[in-house]
Amino acid sequence: MKIVVCIKQVPATNDAKIDPETKRIIREGMKAILNPFDTYAVEEGVQLRDKFGGEVIALSMGPPKAEASLREAISVGVDRAILLSDRAFGGSDTWATSYVLAKAIEKIGDVDLVICGKQAIDGDTAQVGPGIAAHLDWLQATYVMAVEEISSSSIRVKRMHEDGYDICEMSLPAVITVVKDINIPRVPSLKGRLASNKCEIPVWKPDDINADTSKIGLNGSPTRVVKIQPPPPRHTSTKKIEGSSIECAQTLLRELKLRSIV
Amino acid sequence: MIAFTDAERKKYRNIWVVAEILFGEIQPVTYELTGAARTLADLRKSEVWVVVMGSDIEGKLESLFAYGADVAILVDNPGSSGFVDETETKIMKRLIIKYKPEVVICGATTRGRALIPRVSVMTHCGLTADCTGLSIDPENGDLLQTRPAFGGNVMATIRCSNHRPQMATVRPRVMKSPEPDPGRAGRIIKEDMLTSDSEKIKQIIDVFHSTETAYNLADAQIIISGGRGMKGPEGFKLLKQFAQRVGGAAVGASRAAVDSGWIPYAHQVGQTGQTVQTKVYIACGISGQIQHLVGMQSCDLIIAIDKNPDTPMMQIADIAVVGDLFEIIPEIIREIPNL
Repeated sequence: MKIVVCIKQVPATNDAKIDPETKRIIREGMKAILNPFDTYAVEEGVQLRDKFGGEVIALSMGPPKAEASLREAISVGVDRAILLSDRAFGGSDTWATSYVLAKAIEKIGDVDLVICGKQAIDGDTAQVGPGIAAHLDWLQATYVMAVEEISSSSIRVKRMHEDGYDICEMSLPAVITVVKDINIPRVPSLKGRLASNKCEIPVWKPDDINADTSKIGLNGSPTRVVKIQPPPPRHTSTKKIEGSSIECAQTLLRELKLRSIV
Repeated sequence: MIAFTDAERKKYRNIWVVAEILFGEIQPVTYELTGAARTLADLRKSEVWVVVMGSDIEGKLESLFAYGADVAILVDNPGSSGFVDETETKIMKRLIIKYKPEVVICGATTRGRALIPRVSVMTHCGLTADCTGLSIDPENGDLLQTRPAFGGNVMATIRCSNHRPQMATVRPRVMKSPEPDPGRAGRIIKEDMLTSDSEKIKQIIDVFHSTETAYNLADAQIIISGGRGMKGPEGFKLLKQFAQRVGGAAVGASRAAVDSGWIPYAHQVGQTGQTVQTKVYIACGISGQIQHLVGMQSCDLIIAIDKNPDTPMMQIADIAVVGDLFEIIPEIIREIPNL
């Protein structure tokens, strides 16, 4: 079984700087981490590989320093990693990003399963996983909370919904996006750390994946961020309660009682 | 990417809503989005169409007209056992090519967020997730989509001028449901389900209703919610006691508390959790990042308890209690039975 895990490096803090020109995030010079939801995708990939054999490959699109997140994936058991990095990829929205990742998955070849985290914590769109599946014209299952069965030709998963869950069986190749409930990500072993320090991570450019340059980067993105602004204020006059803890508690209780809340 | 010409853009008309159907019922988010679509359609002097994919649902379409729809497109899929992303994508693509809508809006539910990204790629359209505001340029029909961005510290406005249709998802309870007008009428267009639509290599084996995954905050009258200021899982035990004393209160949480593992995700309020519009929201030790505020700022009464009087949450609250919540809350719990 050949598994690709798509991961994203995201800002560690919320004080992201924004490019006034493109209105997109300036990733240079910012502290970055592996998207927390992707750690579950990586762990699932490694567990499936351990059970059924084969290979698990981590794939990421981003600036050169996104390599650090790929090394993190290798430190917990991923076999190898590929970075998609080029100026031409910059400014991609979810449409263009999922196109680039899909082209890279085609280039890797003979992939049975793609695993993504349910969403990245910076954009929160949850659009790239299904986007990859659509570009590849593969089947998909999102918000997967358990892989119940897998064979060389099919997978059975438990999908989370607002109102419960369902069990869905589909043929491979396919794309799944996973939620926190699916596993507990391991911490890197010493051997893993050594492997991650040593490994070579190839960097692929648009030509390496035969990408149509009209479909990547800002030009390949149908959406445009046209304005960035502070959120609208909630119109309200705040009643402040101060004093000792007992005074505060009593005043608040009076307010709650006045409104028949307690 | 080749941009649409003006002439091509003009072929696309009407505002569409993709209905959310669960167990044969139209879900409230569909009515909320129909109301939002009505406002946009009125500005464009066009119509609201709702796409309904499901089985045994024909008798329930009248309600869509009452909430502002002009047309319901019904794709009856008899015997469908559950949500098959690929089947619904194929149907949507076919309908979009045939009828050319200007805008497609879908609920940002687990199903909607699986379906619409797939449709947007297949039809080469721009898509904006989890919009908190939608407006439209009455002249050229460009949809202005507003959403929290960059970790939720700013609001971004997004436009997809060069492509049609323009697609957006909106989370449940973000838009207010309009007042229904039972006398309003509309047309039903029936579209056949083609055998080629069905994804035969995917099967929904079983569907389970469960409260295990869903802690439904939305149904509560009062939510008592905790953030980083609760300091740990013990803090949430205190909030649970508080919630029990205040009859019928649910316990909510900020993303920071959930990410720290103090309380399960199902309790999370905000852009990436649940959006709530309760009568009372008591925020305890929650600083109030935008991504949290967008999930709760339409609650009727907001009470904040925090040591720091200057947090965004304390600024937007109707009542801001400045003090140590680990002293104040136990005191309130002690006092409630004595009232």
